[in-house]
Amino acid sequence: MDATDRRIVAGLQGGFPLCPRPYERAARELGLDEGELIRRLARLVETGVLSRFGPLFNVEAMGGTYVLAAMAVPEDAFDRVAEMVNAHVEVAHNYEREHLLNMWFVVAAETPERAEAVLGEIRAETGIEVLSMPKLEEYFVGLRLQP
Amino acid sequence: MRSGREPGDAATLERRLVQAIGTGLPLVPDPYAEVAAALGTDEATVIATLEAMLARGAIRRIGAVPNHYALGYRANGMAVFDVDDAMVAELGPLIGAFDFVSHCYRRPRHPPLWPYNLFAMVHAKTRPAVETRVRQIRSRLGSACRGDTILYSRRILKKTGLRLAR
Repeated sequence: MDATDRRIVAGLQGGFPLCPRPYERAARELGLDEGELIRRLARLVETGVLSRFGPLFNVEAMGGTYVLAAMAVPEDAFDRVAEMVNAHVEVAHNYEREHLLNMWFVVAAETPERAEAVLGEIRAETGIEVLSMPKLEEYFVGLRLQP
Repeated sequence: MRSGREPGDAATLERRLVQAIGTGLPLVPDPYAEVAAALGTDEATVIATLEAMLARGAIRRIGAVPNHYALGYRANGMAVFDVDDAMVAELGPLIGAFDFVSHCYRRPRHPPLWPYNLFAMVHAKTRPAVETRVRQIRSRLGSACRGDTILYSRRILKKTGLRLAR
């Protein structure tokens, strides 16, 4: 990642234009040309600096729901359980964390009932309790990372 | 163009857009036209729909979604606090206002295993830096906070963006 890449990551975390040839317009604001911006973004995604490039949808504003869930998975079963959890298309993120509750994942579903049903399926498939931690109030969501 | 559009049409297009670009926008000169062609509509309709979704918060933002680890933010701590229920609604927004907190929520407790009801994602490049920041939060919470801990992430097991089941 060079200085130009850092400028792209810092400058393009939001506000990507909604118009024809949006990369051309975004590139101009960064002092680049369209082709170079597209090539650099492709490389940043390919090398994993960016998880993706595009819209961050808010499922809740479309009537859907997110539920955070946590499990205490025995170490010797961890990878197998991770595969079973990740196999559900509704599981958007899954992190291993250092705690007795060592697997934390987010289920995105169209209704709270569907989200709870997914947690129930995971409970049944793995034989491990799944703690449901839906958000009760949101105080802040944003991103202020500087590369 | 059809006249007399049903209210369901816009919602259907939104849903199909989520399916089409929830994991990323095409990296081509005319991404909205490419998405429109795939969905059997036109570029202007895709752009107008995305604008409307952005305006009402159905899209939080459009742009680069960084991988924290790759940016050197290797010490990402999920800091959790056991805060007096009578105080949490007042204190939560103050914690969310710290610039190192990316998400801040109230969630249910599951005692005795999980007594914590306030969650704040704290990002820093080292664990000591995370711990300094969590002490700042703890000090802001004062006596309303009865306990706290930090859960560091060890591995990302999955991160796909949004894919609705069809």
